[in-house]
Amino acid sequence: MTMTMTWSDLIPLLPILLSTGTVVIAMLMIGIRRHYALTAAITIIGLITAAIAALVLMPDTNSQITPLLIIDKFSLFFSFVVCIAGLFIAILSFPYLYTLGDHREEFFLLIGLATIGGLVMVSSNHFVSLLLGLETMSMALYGMIAYPLHCRDVSKYPLEAAVKYLVLSAAASAIMLFGMALLYGHTGTLAFSSLSENSAGLAVASGSWLSTVGVLFLLSGIAFKLSLAPFHLWTPDVYEGAPLPATAYLATVGKAAMFVALVRFIEITDALSIASVLSVVGLLAMASMLIGNLLALLQNNLKRILAYSSIAHMGYLLIALIASYFVEGSLSIEAVSFYLLAYVIMTLGAFGVASVVSSSQKEFDVIHDYRGLFWRQPWLAAIFTAMLLSLAGIPLTVGFIGKFYVFFAGVESGLWVLLGTLVLGSGIGLYYYLRIVFRMLMPIKEQVAYKEAGIESLTSYGVLAILFLLLVVLGVYPAPVMTLLESAASLMG
Amino acid sequence: MIIVLLISILFFGGVLAWLAEIIDPRLPRLVALLAVILDFLVMLTLLGADADGAWLVSFTADWIARFGITIYFAVDGLSLLLILLTAFLGVIAVGSAWTEITERTGFFYFNLLWTLAGVVGVFTALDLFLFFFFWEVMLIPMYFIIAIWGHENKQYAAMKFFIFTQVSGLLMLIAILVMAYLHYSQFGAFSFRYEDLLNVETSGALGYWLMLGFFVGFATKLPSVPFHSWLPDAHSQAPTAGSVILAGILLKTGAYGLIRFTVPLFPEAAMEFAPIAMTLAAISIVYCAKVAFGQDDLKRLIAYTSVSHMGFVTLGVFAWNEQALQGAIMTMLAHGLSAAALFMLAGGLQHRIHTRSMAAMGGFWAQVPRMSVVALFFSIAALGMPGLGNFVGEFLALLGAFQANITLTTISALGLVLASVYSLWVIQKVFHGAFTGDSDQQGQLLDLDRREMCYFILMMLGLIWMGLYPQSFLALSEPVLDGLLSSSSELFAALGRG
Repeated sequence: MTMTMTWSDLIPLLPILLSTGTVVIAMLMIGIRRHYALTAAITIIGLITAAIAALVLMPDTNSQITPLLIIDKFSLFFSFVVCIAGLFIAILSFPYLYTLGDHREEFFLLIGLATIGGLVMVSSNHFVSLLLGLETMSMALYGMIAYPLHCRDVSKYPLEAAVKYLVLSAAASAIMLFGMALLYGHTGTLAFSSLSENSAGLAVASGSWLSTVGVLFLLSGIAFKLSLAPFHLWTPDVYEGAPLPATAYLATVGKAAMFVALVRFIEITDALSIASVLSVVGLLAMASMLIGNLLALLQNNLKRILAYSSIAHMGYLLIALIASYFVEGSLSIEAVSFYLLAYVIMTLGAFGVASVVSSSQKEFDVIHDYRGLFWRQPWLAAIFTAMLLSLAGIPLTVGFIGKFYVFFAGVESGLWVLLGTLVLGSGIGLYYYLRIVFRMLMPIKEQVAYKEAGIESLTSYGVLAILFLLLVVLGVYPAPVMTLLESAASLMG
Repeated sequence: MIIVLLISILFFGGVLAWLAEIIDPRLPRLVALLAVILDFLVMLTLLGADADGAWLVSFTADWIARFGITIYFAVDGLSLLLILLTAFLGVIAVGSAWTEITERTGFFYFNLLWTLAGVVGVFTALDLFLFFFFWEVMLIPMYFIIAIWGHENKQYAAMKFFIFTQVSGLLMLIAILVMAYLHYSQFGAFSFRYEDLLNVETSGALGYWLMLGFFVGFATKLPSVPFHSWLPDAHSQAPTAGSVILAGILLKTGAYGLIRFTVPLFPEAAMEFAPIAMTLAAISIVYCAKVAFGQDDLKRLIAYTSVSHMGFVTLGVFAWNEQALQGAIMTMLAHGLSAAALFMLAGGLQHRIHTRSMAAMGGFWAQVPRMSVVALFFSIAALGMPGLGNFVGEFLALLGAFQANITLTTISALGLVLASVYSLWVIQKVFHGAFTGDSDQQGQLLDLDRREMCYFILMMLGLIWMGLYPQSFLALSEPVLDGLLSSSSELFAALGRG
């Protein structure tokens, strides 16, 4: 592996380069002349091209570019997901921010920046690139969360959310860095591949106290970013205080990119073979499933409910990750990948529905606001219901296939206690998802005036329609995506 | 292909009914009625089909190759009887909703038809993944029916119904997945096909746990004590058509699952478990009959009697001999008709006097003579009068169970006595005595009209047919049961039970 780069090395980096280019052009554009629609268009087009690049490269790219980045089918698949999610959120934020009484253009810049961070994270197999990507994304997210700060008529608490996220996230990054330092102290390397087996025979998986403590520190930091219980305390407050597009970004790309990096770390270094790490991950999974689902029962705010439900979903995902340690073959990595895809689709859809009825002045995020939605806007309500049922794991939706995968991975590895918790958690989860559905079915009492659907939000409805189609098509005929993921995951297994 | 047609008629009929509301709110019911009748007629063509191996007709297509999941439908005599019941009660359900549902009719009939489609799927799917898929699909529209058109406490009832069935369903899903995985470890490939899974070796503790996974899934739907507590709530809150579908058909999917999957897939474990299951059945029969007697809410009362009657099905299935199984199947069919009719009567009363409380009822005979006669007929059917279908079913179930377990059968037989007590008590309370309604209602209550009489007469004829000439039904299920019994008899003989 050499450090010199050739032109041909740049081709696999196209998704990252294209999104970086987008951000640069958008920034220059804002410098020359502020134009809201044009900035949005540049970002959207840039992200589309990046997504297309990832798609085109996906079939036969497998190269390590510098020691920092690995571009293979697995990373390209998630690059595609990250770009599309970023794209959808950009489209959703356009009408949301349309009436904001402040500079609006930079929000798209931040979306682009966060997407670069996400792309680096899903392609990293080195601590340096992991940290670079993570911090790029987090920095952009601080800005996105605090974005409507200077507007007088903002009903939420963006400053509180942003400061909370900034302080806690910085602390988590510090803990992660400390873990990395300990691992470096033990093995003398920062690359995942040499962490698993270096020349001196010092590996992460060797289970010495130094590496064990290092991995646990690293995991704590990651658990914070994934909001796994008991590192979840920031989640509901930040979700609630942030503007909806920022929440959606944090909940989807923020989580998915981190999880992909975690999967790669665990798979390459075999860190789960350390018994204490395995039990810690198991406990994290159980605690997340139970705490996430139980605390969601008491909430009346949609964003807080989705925050707690995301905690639970991260717990479900960990089951599949743990399963990958027990069983040969790629099935559990496929399960993780499919579930992440499903999670991104349905979470984006749920936040998307809230986003199209809200604007930066007034967010409709209390479940009572959705009373009678079925009779006011049947299509929107149908999409919302589908998203919620998918989050609950009901058939005909992608969430069911995701849950099926997780169950299968768990069964294959005989993780009965975790599966039992999953059943219990799903049962509890039904209650709060159905509560929202039931609200939508109730007769309309007093009409809350939602945001008028202007011409600019037609595209948002388009995004919701696409997400709905994906949800149903992947829920009924998932075979093509399964085949793709099978070959992507086999590289890791 | 014909099975796919059966399901798609209902699926697309549902969509069409929803769309028809745009033209006229009365059009959806017509579309729904035509779709169900058409489905019934298509099913009738299966009656003459020649058996193709074990199945009358079957259909296979690839679905998710990664896990060896296929779209595999097949129909034998047992499934045929049950889908005929489904379509028949579908017609009745559309009829019972005809005037009762006036709001959002399109969406109502959409949900009604999708529930029926899900049920037909459950009765015909023989790939266990597909089966589970339909098992869950039929829940969602039913949830909507209860949650939108239900009565005063609908949120609680709909939620309870959904959570009970979903959680128990997930336990079954785990068991199904373990079966597919066992198939992989024993034969080298994932498979969810019924015939493949029958070959899977499931002995010892694992088999017992798997059997329990299936049993809990089905016993919750059946329902059997101790998983029954969702049923009275769901029934009392559901609109009449919802109750008809719930009592008449959805409960039968649980019984069907026990006969088709639980016992054949795990004969050894099921045999070991049989005394416990039969005890639960006996408790269901006697305890729920007793609880029914204590209800004031007419629909709750009928709901508890349903649990009690379904106990005979569990009893018959776990006795696992020809008579007992025939009895279980006959009970399923007869109870489907009699419970549906009783719920329609209760719904009709509620529609007229706006309460389900029996304390507010009395002396209706003089007011609504036709309704009273109909109610008397179905009460007597439910208590097991010879000559009607319920008697044949329960008698055969007891006869078969007697060969398996004398004590429990004796206890269960007490259920017949209790059934007469509560049935006659209801008739006496509601229809005899002094009129208790408001005096301005006197002479104002509408008796059954021609349309309603038409449905009830159809159901009466069905019960009489079952009671007087049960052979026409028994003949359909007999070859199926012979097949099931002969495959397990070897094992049973080896373990010392006939």
